[in-house]
Amino acid sequence: MQHRKYPFIAGFLVLPVALYLIFVIWPYLQTIGYSLTDWQGQSQTMNFVGIDNYKALFSDDVFMTALTHNLLLLLFLPVITILLALFFAFMLNVGGRGAVGGVQGVRGSALYKVIFFFPQVLSVAILIVLFGAVYRSDGAGLLNGVLIKLNLVSAANPVEWLNDPDLVLWALLAIQIWAGVGFYLVLFSAAMQSIPKDIYEAALLDGAARTQTFFKITLPLLWDSVQTAWVYISIFAMDFFALVAGLTQGTAYGGGPDHHSEVMSTYLMRNFQAFGKSGYACAMGVVILLLTLILSAITLRVSRRDRIEF
Amino acid sequence: MSTPIKEAGAGAEAGIPVQSVAATRRGPSDGARGGGDGVLNVFSHGFLALWAVMIVLPLVWIVLGSFKTDAQIGGSAWAWPAHWGIDAFTRAWEKGIGGFFVNTLIVMAFSVPLTMLFGSMAAYVLARYDFPGNRFIYFLFVGGAMFPVYLALVPLFFMVRNLGMLNTYQGLILVYVAYSLPFTVFFMHSFFRTLPTAIHEAAVIDGASHSRVFFQVMLPMAKPGLLSVGIFNVLGQWNQYILPVTLMQPQSSTDPDRSMLAQGLVNLALTQGYAGDKPALFAGMTIAMLPVLAVYLSFQRQVQSGLTAGTLK
Repeated sequence: MQHRKYPFIAGFLVLPVALYLIFVIWPYLQTIGYSLTDWQGQSQTMNFVGIDNYKALFSDDVFMTALTHNLLLLLFLPVITILLALFFAFMLNVGGRGAVGGVQGVRGSALYKVIFFFPQVLSVAILIVLFGAVYRSDGAGLLNGVLIKLNLVSAANPVEWLNDPDLVLWALLAIQIWAGVGFYLVLFSAAMQSIPKDIYEAALLDGAARTQTFFKITLPLLWDSVQTAWVYISIFAMDFFALVAGLTQGTAYGGGPDHHSEVMSTYLMRNFQAFGKSGYACAMGVVILLLTLILSAITLRVSRRDRIEF
Repeated sequence: MSTPIKEAGAGAEAGIPVQSVAATRRGPSDGARGGGDGVLNVFSHGFLALWAVMIVLPLVWIVLGSFKTDAQIGGSAWAWPAHWGIDAFTRAWEKGIGGFFVNTLIVMAFSVPLTMLFGSMAAYVLARYDFPGNRFIYFLFVGGAMFPVYLALVPLFFMVRNLGMLNTYQGLILVYVAYSLPFTVFFMHSFFRTLPTAIHEAAVIDGASHSRVFFQVMLPMAKPGLLSVGIFNVLGQWNQYILPVTLMQPQSSTDPDRSMLAQGLVNLALTQGYAGDKPALFAGMTIAMLPVLAVYLSFQRQVQSGLTAGTLK
């Protein structure tokens, strides 16, 4: 058999690898090359301009605003999502206290999990239509409607969620949290279920309260998953293209009012599709990549702890 | 931020605290368990229920919206549909959702099976055969999953254009397959590793060729893994947004609109397509959501394990 191994291997790999190289790896590499040119996209004529694009980026006010917004999202999205997901996962897996004792989730855990996870499978297009209606700036929007019913907002003066420069970014952040918590809840649940029940039972016998069990047992044993989650959510925080492009005002991929919801990906697409500044857009792509890589490296390094075997 | 206000308000309205305070009062008297548990119980049960409401309510509200009239939708958030007709759904379908739906099905009829086939082939060879460059190719695939798609977007557009495949099904199919490969290869690679070698060896001794072993022995054994990653790919490609937005714009006035469902839905929401016809927009969203809901509910366990498996390992 051995002598026929290599033709077989080559035959099985050639199509997948070719496809992958042509449509994924090669464009990645090209981006880095094009980012050093003044390419306008339409023709293949371009001049090598060195790092001029990168210099221009850092004196481009809109880009710096967009970068600041991504950094804000990068700070708040993982923290809030992970805290909520951890809390829910804990409640659903070991938070319950049955009459007969023992360790279990609260009643209805399975149903909660099914509901909480559902937004994760929704397309971002559905989120856009959904939250476009929820965040409507008059009493007919769901959020304003609820708040007016509760007398927290006056009917004459409803909140302009997506038009208020101070609110718009947070409104978008809330959507991503709404959609993401269920996924990380399930991720943490799976990790929690691999923690032996007797550890909890021992803590219970010793009289530990739920808060204590959470901080002294669950969290340290989940550290690896929390780390991974942090990296994944960070990658999401660098994106936000669809939500900004679909929900905020502004020509060519949103970003309004007055760049208050601008993120790097929308500015990249506008430069590429509307302004025809392809080389410049490529430089932004490289900056997004570098930030992603640096962040992942920092997250994995800073949060490193001794792994606890169990 | 909006959510805390809404949470506090809606919780009080639902009357959750009142009920559960009584139920959990006995908590502290249980002894050494700690006095914090009672309060925590009320808080956490209330919060779980509240989050569930926050997820279900907007979705149900939108589905209800597709039965309302436009005036009702613009009037108050609390309007109740007056009559339960499906005209909004018919209008949504005719205004383009039907076409987008068909476009998406055409693309996925090819892209999902091709992704699964190519992904399993590559994963199988990488997992089961030793050859120079094996690790390199594996890391090439897995590493690609880490990079943001924005890094590739601009050259990808021109690559597809130079192949003459902008706004064509075959172009999008190939791109979908390429961008789904990293996760598929990664997932199936670890799956093929867990399969026992004995059966493989038995088949080889019986004289089966390498490809016959793959198609008739290994692939059937990998069914659970294929199902998980298959659902992942179905959902991922069904919901894909940035790739079709970049690659599926009509190239001339005679070029037909081959928008994917997600992309077409957003276009209709943004442009004038549904101006003054919110019920049809909401109906369109409902149409786009239903297949996903069906897949999710029928394969709930596989969806959750398939989607989270990538991050766990």
